[in-house]
Amino acid sequence: MKFAVLAFPGSNCEKDSFYALKDVLEEDVALVSYQAESLDGFDAVVVPGGFSYGDYLRSGALARFAPIIPALKAFAAAGKPVLGICNGFQILTEAGLLPGSLQKNTAGKFICRQQKLVVANAQTPFSSRYQAGQVITLPIAHGDGNYYADEQTLQELEENGQIVFTYQDNPNGSLKDIAGITNQAGNVLGMMPHPERGVEEILGSADGIQLFQSLIDHVEVAAHE
Amino acid sequence: MNKTNVKTPEVSPAEIEEQRLYRTLGLSDHEYHLIKDEVLGRLPNYTEIGLFSGMWSEHCSYKNSKPVLKKFYSQGPKVVQGPGEGAGIIDIGDGQGVVFKAESHNHPSAVEPFQGATTGVGGILRDIFSMGARPIASLDSLRFGTPQTPADRYLISQVVAGIASYGNCIGVPTVGGDLAFDDAYQQNPLVNVMAVGLMDLDQIQVGAAAGVGNSIIYVGAKTGRDGINGASFASAQFDSDHESQRSAVQVGDPFTEKLVMEACLDVSQNHAAALVGIQDMGAAGLVSSSAEMGSKAGGNGMVLDLDLVPQREAEMTPFEMMLSESQERMLLCVKKGCEAEILDVFAHYGVEAVVIGHVTDDDRYRLVHHGEVVADVPVDALASQAPVYQRESAVPAHINNAAPQQFVPEISDATAVLKEMLSQLTIASKESIYETYDSQVQTNTLVRPGSDAAVVRIRHYNKALALTTDVNGRYLHLNPRIGGQIAVAEAARNIVAAGAKPLGITDCLNFGNPEKPEQFYELDQAVMGMSEACQKIGAPVISGNVSLNNEYDGVPIYPTPMVGMVGLIQGLEHITTQDFKQAGDLVYVLGRTKDDFNGSEIQKMQTGAVSGQLFDFDLDYELQMQNLVAQAIQAGLVQSAHDVSEGGLITALAEATFGNQLGIQLTSDLTVRQFFAETQSRFVLSITPAAQAAFEKLCGENAVKLGQVTAEDRLEVTAKDGRFDLAVSKARALWKGALACSLK
Repeated sequence: MKFAVLAFPGSNCEKDSFYALKDVLEEDVALVSYQAESLDGFDAVVVPGGFSYGDYLRSGALARFAPIIPALKAFAAAGKPVLGICNGFQILTEAGLLPGSLQKNTAGKFICRQQKLVVANAQTPFSSRYQAGQVITLPIAHGDGNYYADEQTLQELEENGQIVFTYQDNPNGSLKDIAGITNQAGNVLGMMPHPERGVEEILGSADGIQLFQSLIDHVEVAAHE
Repeated sequence: MNKTNVKTPEVSPAEIEEQRLYRTLGLSDHEYHLIKDEVLGRLPNYTEIGLFSGMWSEHCSYKNSKPVLKKFYSQGPKVVQGPGEGAGIIDIGDGQGVVFKAESHNHPSAVEPFQGATTGVGGILRDIFSMGARPIASLDSLRFGTPQTPADRYLISQVVAGIASYGNCIGVPTVGGDLAFDDAYQQNPLVNVMAVGLMDLDQIQVGAAAGVGNSIIYVGAKTGRDGINGASFASAQFDSDHESQRSAVQVGDPFTEKLVMEACLDVSQNHAAALVGIQDMGAAGLVSSSAEMGSKAGGNGMVLDLDLVPQREAEMTPFEMMLSESQERMLLCVKKGCEAEILDVFAHYGVEAVVIGHVTDDDRYRLVHHGEVVADVPVDALASQAPVYQRESAVPAHINNAAPQQFVPEISDATAVLKEMLSQLTIASKESIYETYDSQVQTNTLVRPGSDAAVVRIRHYNKALALTTDVNGRYLHLNPRIGGQIAVAEAARNIVAAGAKPLGITDCLNFGNPEKPEQFYELDQAVMGMSEACQKIGAPVISGNVSLNNEYDGVPIYPTPMVGMVGLIQGLEHITTQDFKQAGDLVYVLGRTKDDFNGSEIQKMQTGAVSGQLFDFDLDYELQMQNLVAQAIQAGLVQSAHDVSEGGLITALAEATFGNQLGIQLTSDLTVRQFFAETQSRFVLSITPAAQAAFEKLCGENAVKLGQVTAEDRLEVTAKDGRFDLAVSKARALWKGALACSLK
C-alpha cells in the first residue's frame, strides 16, 4: 500500500513519519506538498505534526486554506484513512474533518514527555492490533493539546465509539481525557500523541507500530473485499 | 547608552568629530582617529561611522580577545573547519561532518528575556545551516541568580519559554544543556545556545564573496529598525538604567526561519554550482555579513544599492539598514548569470530574495542610497583590519588573598545534609524546564535530557553523537586556569560516560570588562586552562563566541566559559546512561576522593559563598580515569556510568538511583564529609556480577567497590563516621520538586 505524508510550510514531523513508514514498517511512502491538488494513487494519508504556517492565528487554522485541503477532504469523504498527528489533528479539526478543537494546555506550557495512554476503542482501522483497555506509551510534544468540544459532541463521541485513545494522568486538560478521536465514519483519526516517534525501542517506545499495522491491515483487507 | 534610532537629517562629519558622537556608538577616540587618519584620510560620515562601530565592536572584531583566542588548541586530524567561519566542522567518517557552534545572548535576554532567548536560538541555527548543514540538535547553558522575587521568576520562565518557542517551532530538538544558579548572575544572566548540525562533507559552504561581477543576494525577512547596533550594545556593560535599552533587542520568527533554512539547504545541496558563498546576517546585520564575505574572499570590494534592500519600515536611513539586526536574514554571493536559478528556489519556499549588489574589481566597500554614494571604505578595514588590543592583566585580590586550607563542612546528620543538598537548585532536577522543550523531533534522540550527555543517532549509520555543555563558574572564580581545565575535563567526562569519544568543543567565553586587568586575567587564564585540557583530551576548539562586559554596576559575573562538547559513539550498543539498571549490579567509584571543598556546592550551601584556594586538579590522572571508563564501556562491562560533579559522590549515587527507582546498599572508608567533596576525575559505575573479574582487572585499585544496587526503596550508604539512610522515593521527590517549586 502507499502512504502520503503531507508537508505544509512549517510542518516539522513529516520526515519522522516518512522514516517510520519507510524504514520501520517498510511501506511505500511519499512526501506530498501542500501545493499538490490530488491524492490519487494513495491508500492512506498522514497529516504530520509541526507548526504549519507558524501556528499563527491559531494552531492549524491557516493550513486549512492550503491547495491540498480539497483533495484531502475528498479522500476522507471516499472513506479512505486519514491520520492527523499533533498539528495534523489540529489541522483536521480546523478543516472540519473532525469535531471539537484543541486549546492551550491548562498549564500554559509546551509538554514533551513519554505519556501513558489507554486504548479506548480497539475496533477502529487505527487500533485493531491493540486490546481494548490496553495501556500503551507514546511521546507527546505539544502546547495546544487540550481537547474541547461541547457537551452534545462529547456525548456523541462516546456513544459512537469515536474516542480511540485517552490519557492516563491527563497532561493538558483535555475533556474526557481525550488523546485521539475519529470522525463518525471512523476513517479519520486525529491524535495529539506521536505514534511515529514510538516505533523503535531505542527511541523509548515501540507501541506506535501497532497503530500503523492496524492501518495497513485495514487497507489490505479493504483491497481484498 | 546607545540612543541609535537617530532619524535624518543626520549629523555632519564635522559634528561627529567636534561633538565626539562616535563615543555614543562605542568607538574610542583612538579608534576614531584611526578611521579618519589611517583608513580614510578624511572625515567619516555618519553612515561610515556606523559601519565601523558595528564591525569594530568586540562582538564582531574580537578586538580584546583575539590575542587570547590565538592560544586555543584548534588543530587535529579530524578538523575540517576550525574557528573563523559560521561554525566549525569535524569529520565523523562516512563522508559526513558534524558542525557546531555556541553563541551567547546574555544582554538581550536580560532586557527582554523571551525575545532575547528566541533570537539566540535563531542566530546560532543560521550559523549552522549557512555552512550547508542541517541542524540536528541544540543545547542551552543558562545561569541565573537564585529566584527570589516575581521578577526573577519572570526572567527565568520567559527565557525558557523563548527557547521552547523557537526550537519547538522550527523542529530542531533541544536535547540538553545545563542550568545553574548563583547570585553572581543575579543582574546579568547568561543565555548560551549551542547548535549542532550534520552535513555531507562535499557540500561545505563558506561565507565568502569572490568573483568580480557576481551578485550579492539578500534573503529572508525584511529589514526593520529592531536591534539597531545590537553588536555594540552587546559589547557594552549594563547599569541600572538599562530599561532604556529595550529597542536594541530583536524579535524572532521561527516560522520564517524554518522557510529560510529549508530554502538555504536546498540551495546548498542542489544548486551548489551557482553558489559562491552564504552567510548569516547576525550581529551588525547587513554590514557584518557583507563586509566579512568580501574580506574573506581576499579583499574583494562590493557595491550595494540600499534602495533594493527589503524594508519593513518607511524612510530607513543607510545607517539603520546597515546596522539593523532584524532576524531571519541571510546574504548570498551567487555567480553572475545564475541569479534567476537561485531566486526561483527561494520563491518556491515563499522566501523573499533580492539582488542588492555585486562584487567589484577593487577593494572598496560602497553603499549607494537614492543614487548617491553614502559610504566608501576599504573592505578589509572593516573586517580583517579591525584594531586589536593587548590588555593588561592583574591577579584579582580575592585570588591573591585566598586561604590555602580547604573548607570543612559542618555535618551532624548525614541524611539531613543530603536532603538539603538534593534540594539545591543547581543540583535539583531540571525536568520542569526541559520537558517544555521538544527533545524528540527528528526522531533521533536516543538519550534525552537528564543524563550526563544527550545522545543523537546518525540515521542509517551505526553511530551517534554525544552532546553536552558544562562549566562551573565558582571554580573559575577561585582559579580561572584550573577552573578552565575542569570545565573541559568535566564536559569530556560527560561525553565519555555516555560511551563516546570526545571530538571537539565550542565555547561561549562569558567574562567581565577586559579593560579591567583583573577581568582580563580571568579571561586569559581560563583560555589557557581550557586549551591545556583540550590538547590533553584531544578535543580541539573548532568554534566559539566571546561575551565580555558581563557586569552590572561595575560588578562582574563569575568567569564562565561555557564548554559545549561533541563526542562520537561508534556502535549504538555502547550508549551508556547514568541510571542504575537492575538490582544485584555492583556499584563502584572510579577515581580517588580527597578533602576538596573550596568552590563546592556544600561550601556555598553552608556558608552562602565560595572562597579559598581551589583544590588541585591533575589532567593526566583525569585522562587516565576517562580512558578506563571508555575501555570498560567498549569492553561491554558497564551497565551505567555517571560523572561525579557538583554535590559530590553521594549526590551522584543518589541521582543514579532515580531513573529506574532502584535502591543501593553501600559501605565505604570515606568520611561523610568526603561524600560531599568535589574532587574531579571520578565516575560512579555499575556492572553486573558477571563482569566483576574483568572490570576489576582493568581498573585495578582505581576502582573501589562500594556495594550493590537493590530493588528496595532505600538509599543506604555507610560511611566511615556516619550513615546516609533514606527512602529513594523521598530523595527523588525532594530532588524533583525543588526547582519547579521555586519557580512557581
